[in-house]
Amino acid sequence: MPSFARHALEAAVVLGALVGLVAYVTLLERKFAARLQSRIGPYYVGWPHGWLQPIADGLKLMLKEDVVPARADRGVYNLAPIVFLVPCLLIFATIPFAPGLGVADLAIGVLFFLAVSSLEIVGLFMGGWGSNNKYALLSVMRAVNQIISYDLPFIFVALVPVLLAGSLQMSAIVGAQAGLWFVAYPVLGQLAFLAFVVATLAAENRVPFDILEAESELVAGFRVEYSGMKLALIQLGEYAHMLGTSFLGALLFLGGWLGPGPAWLGPVWFLAKALAIFLLVTWVRWSFVRIRVDQILAISWKLMLPASVLLLLATALWVAAGGAGAA
Amino acid sequence: MSGYLPVFIFAVLIVGFAVGSLAVAWLLRPHRPDAVKQMNYECGAEPVGPAWVQFPVGFYLVALVFIVFDALAVFLIPWTLVLRAGGMPAFWVMAAFIGIIGLGWLYAYREGVLEWK
Repeated sequence: MPSFARHALEAAVVLGALVGLVAYVTLLERKFAARLQSRIGPYYVGWPHGWLQPIADGLKLMLKEDVVPARADRGVYNLAPIVFLVPCLLIFATIPFAPGLGVADLAIGVLFFLAVSSLEIVGLFMGGWGSNNKYALLSVMRAVNQIISYDLPFIFVALVPVLLAGSLQMSAIVGAQAGLWFVAYPVLGQLAFLAFVVATLAAENRVPFDILEAESELVAGFRVEYSGMKLALIQLGEYAHMLGTSFLGALLFLGGWLGPGPAWLGPVWFLAKALAIFLLVTWVRWSFVRIRVDQILAISWKLMLPASVLLLLATALWVAAGGAGAA
Repeated sequence: MSGYLPVFIFAVLIVGFAVGSLAVAWLLRPHRPDAVKQMNYECGAEPVGPAWVQFPVGFYLVALVFIVFDALAVFLIPWTLVLRAGGMPAFWVMAAFIGIIGLGWLYAYREGVLEWK
């Protein structure tokens, strides 16, 4: 089956590129955070400016002893990093990096992304539960609470570009932005993008919504008992999820691979836009303080949820009245 | 369904990557467990009892509200695709449906379900 081999090769290339990209995104975040705090960040491993640091980190974690707590539920504990990593990387399956360049440009791409993306909570909960550690359990209880609170605004806001484009297919959504990026759509686009960034911060458990990590009260949250390669997989999954959501944001609102210059520059534009969203989220992370559980819930259920539904309805009114043009 | 074959292959490769890297680490890493090392983390003290205790979850009612709105999302997704063809009638039907669910949201708000206790 030549097509099978071709799909396998494509998937392998995408996976390899992704793992490398995610590894270097951790370096990017560390350097960026260091600059925000007037530090230099990683410097000595790979001169200049520590560009070998992610590889050194990966090797170090691979060679570290794997300490499993004697009282942990071993099956659940050992399976959790894998269950967590799979949805975090699988969300990239429907993202085309340029026309025809990607694993699969499914007709229900956005739906697939949203569905798979929220599965990460299963692995997270398994990790926290299997550790048999009170910090970890408190952490995952908060995580479930936060995920069910912010998944809804995230879904509703992601449907705004879907409405404007009239399609769930990622490439069609980018195609609909050829004239005007959705973020530049009058009023609707800016509000939706703002809500998307806030929902992303919460869905990725970033400060100011990082109550499930909360170093000062929960040590490191659900990953407190993990070490070695399992910790590496969890960190990889977390950054992959963050990067995947940034790619989704760049695709839904910032026109994906559209940009000046020849067509082969498309993936470069797409990556630059996704990294811009990633850096925006990182900037917020390193600038704000953590807010309380009740505040997080109040923002979600009393502000974000009604606001995102109303925004969706306003967009729908505009589209139904023919304002966005015929499909 | 042939469009999903690459997604399936991708998923298999991810599982392979996760299992493979854990297996390589298992071959390379040292393994010297002792009783203190295998203790659960609790600032150096032996934790009292297991973590699996009865525990007020606190978001049970919120989870019920979540299911209502998740069902709304299920109806919204196909609606977004046919709205152009349906025009204003399609908009008003969904607006009325969201209005009914909105009344439920208002009730939950007034009853204090959305407060963290």
